[in-house]
Amino acid sequence: MIRTQPTKVLVLGYGNPGRQDDGLGPAAAGAIDRMGWSNLTAVDNYQLNIEDALEVAAHDVVWFVDASKVGDAPFSVTDVSPSRTVEFTSHLLRPAALLAIAQQYCDRAPPAFQLAIRGYEFEFVEALTQGGRENLRAALGMLTESIRRVRARSPLRAAP
Amino acid sequence: MSARKIVIDPVTRVEGHGKVTIRLNEAGEVEQARFHIVEFRGFERFIQGRMFWEVPVIVQRLCGICPVSHHLCAAKAMDLVAGVDRVTPTADKMRRLMHYGQVLQSNALNFFHLASPDLLLGFGAPIAQRNIFGVIEAFPEVGKWAIFIRKFGQMVIEATSGRRIHPRLCVPGGVNQNLSVERRDALRGDIGQIIKWCVDALELHKSYIHDNEVLYEGFASFPSSYMSLVGADGGMELYDGALEAIAADGKTIFQGVHPASYRDYIIEEVRSWSYMKFPHIRSLGREEGWYRVGPLAQLNCCTFIGTPIAEAARRDFVALGHGGPVHATLAYHWARLICMIHCAETIQDLLFDDDLQGNDLVIAGERRPEGIAIIEAPRGTLLHHYTVDGNGQVTGANLIVSTTNNNEAMNRSVTKVAVDYLTGHEITEALLNHVEVAIRAYDPCLSCATHALGDMPLIVTLEDAEGAVITTRVKQ
Repeated sequence: MIRTQPTKVLVLGYGNPGRQDDGLGPAAAGAIDRMGWSNLTAVDNYQLNIEDALEVAAHDVVWFVDASKVGDAPFSVTDVSPSRTVEFTSHLLRPAALLAIAQQYCDRAPPAFQLAIRGYEFEFVEALTQGGRENLRAALGMLTESIRRVRARSPLRAAP
Repeated sequence: MSARKIVIDPVTRVEGHGKVTIRLNEAGEVEQARFHIVEFRGFERFIQGRMFWEVPVIVQRLCGICPVSHHLCAAKAMDLVAGVDRVTPTADKMRRLMHYGQVLQSNALNFFHLASPDLLLGFGAPIAQRNIFGVIEAFPEVGKWAIFIRKFGQMVIEATSGRRIHPRLCVPGGVNQNLSVERRDALRGDIGQIIKWCVDALELHKSYIHDNEVLYEGFASFPSSYMSLVGADGGMELYDGALEAIAADGKTIFQGVHPASYRDYIIEEVRSWSYMKFPHIRSLGREEGWYRVGPLAQLNCCTFIGTPIAEAARRDFVALGHGGPVHATLAYHWARLICMIHCAETIQDLLFDDDLQGNDLVIAGERRPEGIAIIEAPRGTLLHHYTVDGNGQVTGANLIVSTTNNNEAMNRSVTKVAVDYLTGHEITEALLNHVEVAIRAYDPCLSCATHALGDMPLIVTLEDAEGAVITTRVKQ
């Protein structure tokens, strides 16, 4: 008998809430988490870490949510593919590299997207700017609708 | 030929802005190198005016790399403000458990993610391979250790604070919760394997040392003083204890210094070209008083380690110093692995201590106007100093973070690399790689977790004496 499981979605919001709009990613993750939908995991952190590869590999669709210093307002969305790029002398890990670790170590890199929410100020203040809040609202509208569509279109997947 | 400057200018997300400037003299020889860190600013202003009991939570926002270290150090300082000299055994051990979990996972990140590609694949390996992916490919076991030791450290933090990030374990005078039996048992189930993997990683590292003895001892190395917390019995102590400093020949500069007296021994100097301060030992002055902190200093300053596997590893390690301190900059990694073993062993001990299930969590005392605390964070000595008014609002704050303590030492290491590896007028890939390797040994946390898309890649600029750009090289 073939068992089936619902599509599992992961939202990884990252940034520092103590640095104004750098907190857009965690704010988005917090809002998604509060929706309380089943099979939807939302976590926030200051940054991506190598052990997040385990969480990534355990889901079917992944959204990486971060603030953006440049680019389109209120937000932009790009596909993310595994990429073995690393940074100069840094603890930084980018979504594409995290996917590559998931692929390499767990043999699984699910479809993934980068949601970049435009931010404006990044100083030591623990609050989003007015513009950041407005962009967050728009981004959450898109994100929840997208997750809703994924769940409606493909509520079940074959279990491995 | 005119004097020139070579500027290596990384602008990374998590760690703010940093760049390396190598200045040549008229003869084309390396005259000086500076590792600029330009994001350390605003910490103190961020904290001023906040209520003292808020501070242990707020200060986590200072750094996305080591928020737990700031949380714990601020809590210790605010214990004193709350009139509490010693928290309850349950509170003390809960904090220690969290601290050792944090140091374990942070040191694992440096060693496995940042340093192991250089050490296991070689400094000269192509950049496309000299990264964590190349390590996972060539050494699949190392990739597993990296991910699961990191994950275990995060589990410890989550178990002690109830949440994976933004922990709220500590309050002035104690902690908010004890360790549940369920979480304790889950951690007990994994800790034996974690210790084994740490030991395996050390053995792998020692095989690298054996094969690269000359490089290991000489790379970016120089004699220096060292400073670290040390226990009252001389043992390694990462959470509490007294400050000790030793000279390059191993002789004591000061010892048994209570954190409250730090200004009698350490002075902070400001230089025009850097936002980072330059702390140095007051009695030795600006030129001679700089020192190194971090795992290498922790190993050099203590006389023993109170857990058996780490102590055996320490005895092996000190032989590299030939009777004095170990000065090899790459030995930071060796020391870091020993610290990881010590952390894992200490976590194991704590998990079998029933005090962690105690219910006596917080005590109160008579309020004081000042609190000063020091811990050994993953990158070394971290100091928090606060003054508080009668309303409980913070009126002043001074933080000396680990990377600041290593400021001058990192400049010296980059200078050594430039002298040894810069040839002609070209900024070669090899030079860049070696500069990276030297800086990584200290595991600097360049800033405070600002991190948004759109920052710039590494930019390398060659300037003449007048500041005109001769050439620019961008590294993605």
